[in-house]
Amino acid sequence: MEGPLAQFEIKTLIPINVGGHDISFTNSSLFMAIAVLGVMIFMVAGMRRGALVPGRWQLCVEMSYEFVANMLHDAAGREARKYFPFVFTLFMFILFANLLGMVPFFGFAFTSHIAVTFAMAAFVFVGVTLIGLAKHGFKFFKLFAPEGAPMALMPLLIVIEIVSYLTRPISLSVRLFANMVAGHTMLKVFGGFVVALGIFGIAPFAFIVALTGLELLVACLQAYVFAILTCLYLNDALNLH
Amino acid sequence: MKKSSLDDLSARVAKARKEMVPEEKRRLNESHAYGMAMRLVAELLSGLIVGLMIGWFLDKGLGTKPWLLIIFIFLGLAAGIVNVMRAAKQIEAAEMRKREQADKAEGNEG
Repeated sequence: MEGPLAQFEIKTLIPINVGGHDISFTNSSLFMAIAVLGVMIFMVAGMRRGALVPGRWQLCVEMSYEFVANMLHDAAGREARKYFPFVFTLFMFILFANLLGMVPFFGFAFTSHIAVTFAMAAFVFVGVTLIGLAKHGFKFFKLFAPEGAPMALMPLLIVIEIVSYLTRPISLSVRLFANMVAGHTMLKVFGGFVVALGIFGIAPFAFIVALTGLELLVACLQAYVFAILTCLYLNDALNLH
Repeated sequence: MKKSSLDDLSARVAKARKEMVPEEKRRLNESHAYGMAMRLVAELLSGLIVGLMIGWFLDKGLGTKPWLLIIFIFLGLAAGIVNVMRAAKQIEAAEMRKREQADKAEGNEG
């Protein structure tokens, strides 16, 4: 039987090589494309009629819109509305990615690759820093100087604050990545127990049912966490304390 | 006639909502501890990782092996702890807000 980590393997589907760089179309790329397509179909087809009294599907679309809009408004205030499209795209993309990973037999969670999550987190980090710099100019660096600290401790505190600021993309990406890897590995390991134990496999099987529920929750929760942390970082950049 | 059926629906929705709340609260609490632990661990670990990376690269660039690595491991840990404290404060504030809202909702009903 395959090991529990075999599910994360990247397989090349269409080899592409440009100037010595391997940019092949892999199963990971395929699922990113499916996720983007899924979000698009979900949004466009749901709003196709744009009825005043929404149907079920349209209601889902409107709820997801309102959910992210409220989250952004609560966390970062009125000014952050400009960045709604970005946060919404991020949230829906990660949500669909995580949920696609839960599809039996076929699913592949590309959010279980640190390369993917770190690319997203680094984009958020650089973007937010640039937004802060553009808005506040040099004053932005006040973010690193804790108020009311004694002068003698300032150098140490500033270094700690800078390191703490630099941890943001790491913690953002590691959290999503670790959650997805841990969940999927656990499912696979207990799946192996079901097969190995024969008739007694019913016990781990029951556990897997519960675990699958938890994993669905984690899939949604992590998309939410990624989005809300993006909002909080935006808030830090827009409204310096 | 249409209006009365809508009123009827809203009354039914309100009733269903009322019955649903405790169930939702319970489930949230169960998953909450797991999420919180994950979050705090990620904060602490990432502090350490960033400290390690900065120290290693600076050492490589400046040729001061291994001193900056050692210093930045401690700084990274400190930053991680600062982050954990901030995250805990945020979680606490969110909890307080939720409790206040729940109290208010109960007050309205009673």
